Amino acid sequence: MTQPVSEPAAYLDHAATTPIYPEVVEAMTAQFGRLGNASSLHGSGRAARRVVEESRETVAAVLGARPSEVVFTSGGTEADNLAVKGLFWARHKADPRRRRVLASAVEHHAVLDPLHWLAAEAGAEVELLPVDGDGVLDVPALQHSVDRDPDSVALISVMWANNEVGAVQPIDRVVEVAAAHHIPVHSDAVQAVGQVPLDFARSGVDAMTVTGHKIGGPFGVGALLLRREADVVALLHGGGQERDVRSGTIDAPAIVGFALAAQLAVKCQPERAPHLAGLRDRLVREILEAVPDAVVNGPGASGRLPGNAHLSFPGCEGDSLLMLLDAQGVECSTGSACSAGVPQASHVLLAMGRDEALARASLRFSLGHTSTASDIDRVVAAIGPAVERARAAGVGGRPEGATRVRS
Amino acid sequence: MKVVAAMSGGVDSAVAAARAVDAGHDVTGVHLALSRNPSSYRTGARGCCTLEDARDARRAADVIGIPFYVWDLAERFHADVVEDFVSEYADGRTPNPCLRCNERIKFAAVLDRAIGLGFDAVATGHYARLRRGPDGEVELHRAVDSAKDQSYVLGVLTQGQLRGAMFPLGDSTKPEVRAEAHRRGLLVADKPDSHDICFVPDGDTAGWLGQRLGAAPGPIVDADGTELGRHAGTFGFTIGQRRGLRLDRPAADGRPRYVLSIEPTTSTITVGSREDLVVESLTGTAARWRGAVPDSSLSCRVQIRAHGEEYAAVVHPTAEAVEVDLLEPATGVAPGQAVVMYDGTRVLGSATIASTGRRTT
Repeated sequence: MTQPVSEPAAYLDHAATTPIYPEVVEAMTAQFGRLGNASSLHGSGRAARRVVEESRETVAAVLGARPSEVVFTSGGTEADNLAVKGLFWARHKADPRRRRVLASAVEHHAVLDPLHWLAAEAGAEVELLPVDGDGVLDVPALQHSVDRDPDSVALISVMWANNEVGAVQPIDRVVEVAAAHHIPVHSDAVQAVGQVPLDFARSGVDAMTVTGHKIGGPFGVGALLLRREADVVALLHGGGQERDVRSGTIDAPAIVGFALAAQLAVKCQPERAPHLAGLRDRLVREILEAVPDAVVNGPGASGRLPGNAHLSFPGCEGDSLLMLLDAQGVECSTGSACSAGVPQASHVLLAMGRDEALARASLRFSLGHTSTASDIDRVVAAIGPAVERARAAGVGGRPEGATRVRS
Repeated sequence: MKVVAAMSGGVDSAVAAARAVDAGHDVTGVHLALSRNPSSYRTGARGCCTLEDARDARRAADVIGIPFYVWDLAERFHADVVEDFVSEYADGRTPNPCLRCNERIKFAAVLDRAIGLGFDAVATGHYARLRRGPDGEVELHRAVDSAKDQSYVLGVLTQGQLRGAMFPLGDSTKPEVRAEAHRRGLLVADKPDSHDICFVPDGDTAGWLGQRLGAAPGPIVDADGTELGRHAGTFGFTIGQRRGLRLDRPAADGRPRYVLSIEPTTSTITVGSREDLVVESLTGTAARWRGAVPDSSLSCRVQIRAHGEEYAAVVHPTAEAVEVDLLEPATGVAPGQAVVMYDGTRVLGSATIASTGRRTT
């Protein structure tokens, strides 16, 4: 099952990580060669601090925030943890009645798991709000939940766009519901930057998570955009380098790379989005021609990320398909959380009302800035035979799956 | 051939995968996730289903240079192996979960899936040999390394399963395999062998069973029914067990006592002397023969527990069962274990021990 060496893989997993821009590598390489801790007071320190602050201004400018609202972190997971735990702790401390945390049922694990931790360890009451069959938040359910006892809500967390099925969430309506009671809103926008237009200040959210490696920047860096008046308790204590809510030596090369990537991603977004949507629409159409009983998950084109396609292939195990496509040099994802590489049925698809078998029969194809028409051709050529094979292999491993006794 | 190498994260399966590559096969490494709640680390020589083992398997595949995937078989493993193990103990038998795993997981669920995905065989690190017999049938033979031989836990496999199996280590000894792992730069070369039952995390099988089956206290009696002590549940015992009886009263003759029988319905454990343990015959059910069912009695050698010795025997086959007369006295024969029949190194067939016949003198 070794892949052909002649051709590089058709990479359709940009939602996992997207190739770093060559300009970013160049800028980071230059910065790696420069001396200085951005917190030092001498000339070398000031030089490092200067590029960090310029980067902060760049990130702020392209995402619609003020520089002082950019808190650099080690990436999306840390930013989500800081937002969810930090806001809960601060709000709960200010008023112990605020125990409830409301979030959509389709949040990323970097939000869900801190919420479960808060419930287990910090007395939080977590309410996961339903989504519709396309994975879009049920706003009336949110409204109802808030109205039941607005004073007890510590925060609301709803992602900007879902990482699995690409559903763009009605953030403006979430903010509307929350604003009536001055409840802070956090939104994980990791998948949205560079894919859809996005403006922190105009959105009205209080905290927003962004990360580098999903937008053509490096791994290990991201930011929480945090309104100046939002009060959060720190996760990492130490030097207090980032607005006193995030400690750790400032990683100037990573921040330079992140800022440049954010700039490029946002600048290119208006022309890239229709290009990706066009490729994506052809991909979905031609997959459905090859596999007529495949099921498209998530909203129609206007309501989803332009680079996201998500389909279920009844009768297949998603990881069988992934392996067969991988062997053909087509790289995609089952779009679900992994522990030791073990795929679990996606909580997102289950929340959308899919049954477990269909949830496990799913693949996510995600496109990005290096995607080409030939990538799509490769998928379309490989998918039919792969589905046929995967169906023959069946759902072995499931107790309900028929196992032939070989004799 | 296109081969799935089942890689546990141990040294044997890693070398087996590497040898399959050397033999010219197109090999894909697959780690079987069997635990529903994998713990992070191995403790000592126990288990094979931790995240650390998955990582070790992945790194071995990297070194060998083959693609690597994890297949989630936790639900199947739980239903077919773990629950079977618990219910067998509940019924007073002593199951062999490794045998069950080979029969129902590695050479059933995994092999079926592999064949469906376009592979031809599943290679494992078992110590056993496969040979093509004169009539074209695949024969299963003992490994060269008798200390590591695992033909006993593979004896249950059908001809169809053996046709899809590959055991690259059967001609080697364990020290040779470890040395080869070193030569190949496999980081698992010195990893301890796994022992015990992989899904019982701390090796306390009786305690683990007790959590699942609940306490069912009862008497420990001698042959004439005199109560010698109490126990918390019959699942804590196996035929021939001597340790852990904790009898209140020593035997009159002062000699050690052994478990002779387990009666889960009355929760009674009967103990007796070593002589009382000697078995002269046994019956087996669910018999599987490598070739056709023999039409007459045959003299052969039998193995009646894992890592146990062979006994000379005469086997009387019927359609789906066997009656076995042991020509040499055997002890510690437990229903639920397999009786595997050999002609020299060749496995003739296998059955599950259902009952035993004691010496009547």
